[in-house]
Amino acid sequence: MKRDRLSPLVTVLLLIGAAIMLAPMLWTLLLSFKSNAALMADSGSAFAPPWTLENYAAILKGSLTTRWLLNSLIVASGATIGVLVLSSLAGYGFARLEFPFRRTLFVIVLLGLAVPEQAVILPRHQLFAWAGLHNTYPGLILPSLTGSFGVFFMTQYFRAIPKELDEAALLDGASRFTLFRKVLLPLTIPAQATLGVFTFLAAWNDYWWPLISATTSDYFTLTVGLASAQMNYAQTSGLGFLMAQAVFASIPILVVYIAFQKQIVRAMAGTAVR
Amino acid sequence: MTGAARRDGWVGYAFVGPFLLVYAAILIVPLLMGLWISLNNADLFGRREWVGLANYAQALGDPVLGQAFANTLTLTLLIVPPLTVIALLLALALNRATRLAAILRGVFFSSLVLSVTIVTLIWRFILTPDAGLVAVGLGALGRAPVPFLSDPAYVIPALAVTTLWWSLGFPIMLFLAGLQQVPHDIYEAAALDGAGRWTVFRRITLPSIRRTLLLVVMLQTAAQLQIFGQAQLLTGGGPGGASRTIVLYIFEVSFGRWELGYATAIAELLFGMILAVTLLQYWLVIRHEEQRA
Repeated sequence: MKRDRLSPLVTVLLLIGAAIMLAPMLWTLLLSFKSNAALMADSGSAFAPPWTLENYAAILKGSLTTRWLLNSLIVASGATIGVLVLSSLAGYGFARLEFPFRRTLFVIVLLGLAVPEQAVILPRHQLFAWAGLHNTYPGLILPSLTGSFGVFFMTQYFRAIPKELDEAALLDGASRFTLFRKVLLPLTIPAQATLGVFTFLAAWNDYWWPLISATTSDYFTLTVGLASAQMNYAQTSGLGFLMAQAVFASIPILVVYIAFQKQIVRAMAGTAVR
Repeated sequence: MTGAARRDGWVGYAFVGPFLLVYAAILIVPLLMGLWISLNNADLFGRREWVGLANYAQALGDPVLGQAFANTLTLTLLIVPPLTVIALLLALALNRATRLAAILRGVFFSSLVLSVTIVTLIWRFILTPDAGLVAVGLGALGRAPVPFLSDPAYVIPALAVTTLWWSLGFPIMLFLAGLQQVPHDIYEAAALDGAGRWTVFRRITLPSIRRTLLLVVMLQTAAQLQIFGQAQLLTGGGPGGASRTIVLYIFEVSFGRWELGYATAIAELLFGMILAVTLLQYWLVIRHEEQRA
């Protein structure tokens, strides 16, 4: 990175850009602190007091929002754990073990990177209907586990670990699995963190699949729940409540973002170096 | 094969097996099923009647699909080039080790962690004429509000702006990663030769990050050709289909009209289109590279 400072003109332009990025979020925050009645009369009133916490109180007092939050946490955590386990195992296998059809299988996995969701989502919906998986947590989690990216990413990572480590451990009489679990896996923790955050974000924000798979409001994730609230906005909850829901739903992911900013940037940037 | 490799034998399948099973059952099987379903007159409830290529023929003559195709293409063209240029400019400006640059990177990345539902919630109440921020601003200036989401002339640009705001972070990250791979001494040598900024950018920076540029354009094009949530949530494809996208139409045909066979055929056509565009972009850049070499 360069050390020199930005010129004043560029700085001003950047600050204007930053204001454009932030203004919509701040506007949402302001609206969420106004009573529905006040906003009904004039949403411009959001710029002036009185502000109130009543919308947030209404969310905590038993709307479905907390249930949807829980669903999103379960689905995103399940997807993350599943992807980490499957990708680490497969990454180690492809990077280190020699077995029949290894190259062919790896190419078939890589080809998955070129398959967009649209090519599989409708038949997958049929398949899951036959298997009775709609409106269940496994039904929401399983599609996240087919991603080729994690396997590719972990394979690259295992390949970069010196082979001498394996040979030393195998000479000591360790089995392939002990070697994997005790020696190599601990070395991949940075990669696990990166892939984990990446997967969690993607699963948390997914919309198309939960929209068609979770059809009863008990199994809505936050994205689908807020979409239904948004569609019915005219009849129901009111603008302030809706915006409080948006803020409430963003808090967990913004916490993840701030806590893991380094890993997120590395995860996204990692796709550029391949 | 080495001795160690032969000893492994089929042990490898204990490691790659679990993923391959999931991959086969939930990706490859649906992929093949899709090709089959698209050749059938099928509904959501299991009815199958072989019709050959009739669904594809219907798609080519469907004016609603034609409109959705045009809308999707317009959106992609309105989003991908500006997104690429703005993200590159921001990455160039923010690729430095100052505190301000670090904070601004955080700001420009922030919207990418939001889900499409939150993004459309936020932008609905920026754009809507009865309570939106833009309407409030125009009102303060004594101007009439603009119905961005219900006027056919504004609805596509409104979706494009929303998407630009949402999608900016990822390309900036990719460009920053690309810029950091450019060796430092090249810049120093150029400075010694007295090269101007524009020359340095054109002759050094741009060629060095050509692959990142390709990746950004490929990923963004593939993403925008599949644009769905913004249109479904903000406009429902309206007014009068003016903002219906291809994937929104697939959604309507499958889950509104239950015509699974026809919807799947459209999805296969979209798949082919994405594949073709991606390969074309790749081929153009790689051929260019070979010509230079």
